[in-house]
Amino acid sequence: MGRLKTLTRRAFLIGSVAVTGGVAFGAYIVGRDPENPLLAGLGDGEAAITPFVKITSEGVTLITPHADVGQGVYHAQALLIAEEMDLDLGQFEVSPGEPSAAYWNTAMAEEAVPFKSTDESFAAETMRSVMGGVFKVFGVQGTGGSSSMPDSFVKLREAGAVARETLKAAAAARTGVPVGDLTTASGEVRLPDASTIAYTDLATDAAGIEPVRSVTLRDPSEWRLVGKPTQRLDIVGKSTGTTPYGIDLQIPGMVHATVKMNPRRGPMNGYDASAAEGMRGVEKIIPVRNGVAVVASNTWYAIQAANAIEFDWGASPYPPEQDQHWAEVDASFTEERLNMEWRHDGDVDAALNGAEVISAEYRAPYVAHQPLEPLNAIVRVDENGAEVWANHQLPGFLKMQVAGVAGIEADQVTFHNQYGGGSFGHRLEFENITLATEIAMQMPGVPVKLTFSREEDFCQDFGRQIGAARAKGVVKDGKVEAFDLQIATTSAVASQGGRMGLPVGGPDTQISAGAWNNPYDIPNQRHRAYLVPELAPVSSWRSVGASGAGFFNEGPLDEMILAAGGDPLEERIRMCTHDDARKVLEAVREMSGWGSDLGPNRGRGVAFVNSFGVPTAEVIEVTMTDWGIKIDKVFVALDVGTIIDPDNFENHVQGGVVFGLGHAINSELTYSDGIAEQTNYHAAEGMRLYQTPEIHVRGLENAEKIRGVGEPPIPPAAPALANAIFAATGQRLREMPFNKFIDFV
Amino acid sequence: MKLTINGTEREVDVDPEMPLLWVLRDELGMTGTKYGCGIAQCGACTVHLDGLAVRSCQVPVAEAAASNITTIEGLGTPDAMHAVQAAWVEHQVAQCGYCQSGQIMQAASLLEVNPDPTDEDIDNAMSGNLCRCGTYVRIRAAVKTAAKTLQEA
Ligand code: FES
Ligand code: FES
Repeated sequence: MGRLKTLTRRAFLIGSVAVTGGVAFGAYIVGRDPENPLLAGLGDGEAAITPFVKITSEGVTLITPHADVGQGVYHAQALLIAEEMDLDLGQFEVSPGEPSAAYWNTAMAEEAVPFKSTDESFAAETMRSVMGGVFKVFGVQGTGGSSSMPDSFVKLREAGAVARETLKAAAAARTGVPVGDLTTASGEVRLPDASTIAYTDLATDAAGIEPVRSVTLRDPSEWRLVGKPTQRLDIVGKSTGTTPYGIDLQIPGMVHATVKMNPRRGPMNGYDASAAEGMRGVEKIIPVRNGVAVVASNTWYAIQAANAIEFDWGASPYPPEQDQHWAEVDASFTEERLNMEWRHDGDVDAALNGAEVISAEYRAPYVAHQPLEPLNAIVRVDENGAEVWANHQLPGFLKMQVAGVAGIEADQVTFHNQYGGGSFGHRLEFENITLATEIAMQMPGVPVKLTFSREEDFCQDFGRQIGAARAKGVVKDGKVEAFDLQIATTSAVASQGGRMGLPVGGPDTQISAGAWNNPYDIPNQRHRAYLVPELAPVSSWRSVGASGAGFFNEGPLDEMILAAGGDPLEERIRMCTHDDARKVLEAVREMSGWGSDLGPNRGRGVAFVNSFGVPTAEVIEVTMTDWGIKIDKVFVALDVGTIIDPDNFENHVQGGVVFGLGHAINSELTYSDGIAEQTNYHAAEGMRLYQTPEIHVRGLENAEKIRGVGEPPIPPAAPALANAIFAATGQRLREMPFNKFIDFV
Repeated sequence: MKLTINGTEREVDVDPEMPLLWVLRDELGMTGTKYGCGIAQCGACTVHLDGLAVRSCQVPVAEAAASNITTIEGLGTPDAMHAVQAAWVEHQVAQCGYCQSGQIMQAASLLEVNPDPTDEDIDNAMSGNLCRCGTYVRIRAAVKTAAKTLQEA
């Protein structure tokens, strides 16, 4: 990590130089392409045109390096390459490829810089490109931050175009027909005499020539695949139980294992495994880190035996009781813990002074990730190195982590990325991977499949950051005159970076993400972020900072608008200074028939959040029934610039709304005696089918830049629901989960 | 112990208390049936015993031995899909897909006993199956499409 540290610091220096004007030094390193990883494994007559396209006489393989955790990104990446390459669906295989610096993510860094995503000033753009450069230098291949499409949109179409033009050049060389007279369609080069040569026939020829680097991308009006509804590559497999996830793989000679780690995450003082030792199927009981692994012939035997072990667990490194966590959050609104003042328009102190001030306090708890596929990994270690089968969002770092545990070099680690059964940020962490490596080191040559029980997965989850907000406002002449928002949270970024050994410098961009960058013109507006020192370890939870900060902004603002006598949606539109944002607000106004009479016991609420560069508005309708609140309808409009596949887009947005609502209603992670109190889905359900509303989606494409849709639908869901419940019942909900205060159907 | 799975007889030698789920997955390598919670909260492990949906994480293998067991692999295949699976493809329900084996088995069982379910019937039958990705809107639609296909068949 020494090298990483130095270079990152230098990069930050580059950053500060860049902002004042010169960036020549940074641009040079960034301009160099890492080696094409496909060249290494190439056989005779096989061509690797760019790191993304491999052609043999048998077929075409497209490399889709962003990890698929359910978002359909293998499919979306393949569409982009296939579009330019003139391949039809069904004419290629996809593979995540080997982790490689060639698959850096240039977009992930974008959100790591302290500028609004709508700020396209020179300084902001330069800082972003420099940060992108840092990622490129280290070959950070990552999936997260809704960055897959921003990262891939141009890069993968270029790769497809390079492949197409190279194949044409190869065909021209073979036939003597000028390139200009050749066309491509459906996986073949077409000659003027109507004869054709399949791409697979051209593999040897293409391998022998330099790729054609100067290409022109097609005009969107010519797209055949992108922007159209298509059938996802994985949809038949996932509808027939035939898609293998990491947890399903079977490697010859494999054994099954599970772990029980200190649920307080402190040390293990001792354990007594005598009851477990003789149990059926048990092969080995191995102490690992701060816990014990059981290796058995069947996962169930392993779990049964692990449950029969008696442990003496040490204390938690964080306060044992939940009240203490909240007390620390509440104590963080101080000058010393002020992390960043993100925005100050007008003069808030002057506006508050002597006025009738409206105040509100909001809270957002820890929440577990808990994708449905439990954490797992298969690892085999032998004298040559390590081989890993799992799903992970950071494959390059995964290799470093495994190498660190096994005492080998990262290039001795082979990683086979698998389909993931959901993630929501869970598969950015390494516990399952490094623990499986520890166990495998005790059994050289044997592939060890480690599966976490659901209970273990809950206990060892690094949840969402905990946080609270204090809002103050003044209204005058029917308008919000002053809005002051202070947010204090623990830091997902620092907690995660700490576990990865990565230095995290500068202000935490996530504490106020989705709040300070609101598009509202209020005469006096201020946003301050306070950093709560680490309590329980936390991590990126789908939409990260904005999952709390969106609620912190849009709940109190709703209160202020109502106090001023305004209409929550009309006022937001009136105050909106950003075109794309106004258009999504206007879209939900129209979609929901905002303003029409809903009848008794019913209410509507609206919220708007821009997270990951995507302006997103949601209107929610609820009914107060005898059995509690029923969510009837959700109208959501958002602008990602370009929609790659409208069908997958709609599914993803609906899923995001369900995710946001479900957790807002009933999910939190609390600690007692240092141990998570929620250990399975009965205690953290999320949404179920009977609670699911109608969800109407409209995707706008006004924004200039393409953005990802994985996270933006989540942040507005909770505040729109709270605002709707207030409209229906007069009860104001200021703390998640809402079911602590009101019943839901 | 002998089991009848998807019409085929299989022999296993395990603790009779072992849940059917783990016999399928780790003894027989039939991994279409998923482990999600182990305590009847998620439905990912749903299979049919004599045509009725059950949570295989709750059924000791000894109890399943007397029944015909159907798993997602036996319901249909990519080349010959069951109407429910075809509807799932048509509506492109899956995101991560990890819950969908269970959802499909639950839906197939629902339509077996109730070929023309109301919205409320669907809510009642399908709410024990968690989908962490939130594909419920499409699950509802796909169940209705499958019901129609099956009725017309
Ligand atoms: S694994 Fe059986 S219901 Fe969840
Ligand atoms: S599709 Fe991911 S859990 Fe249902």
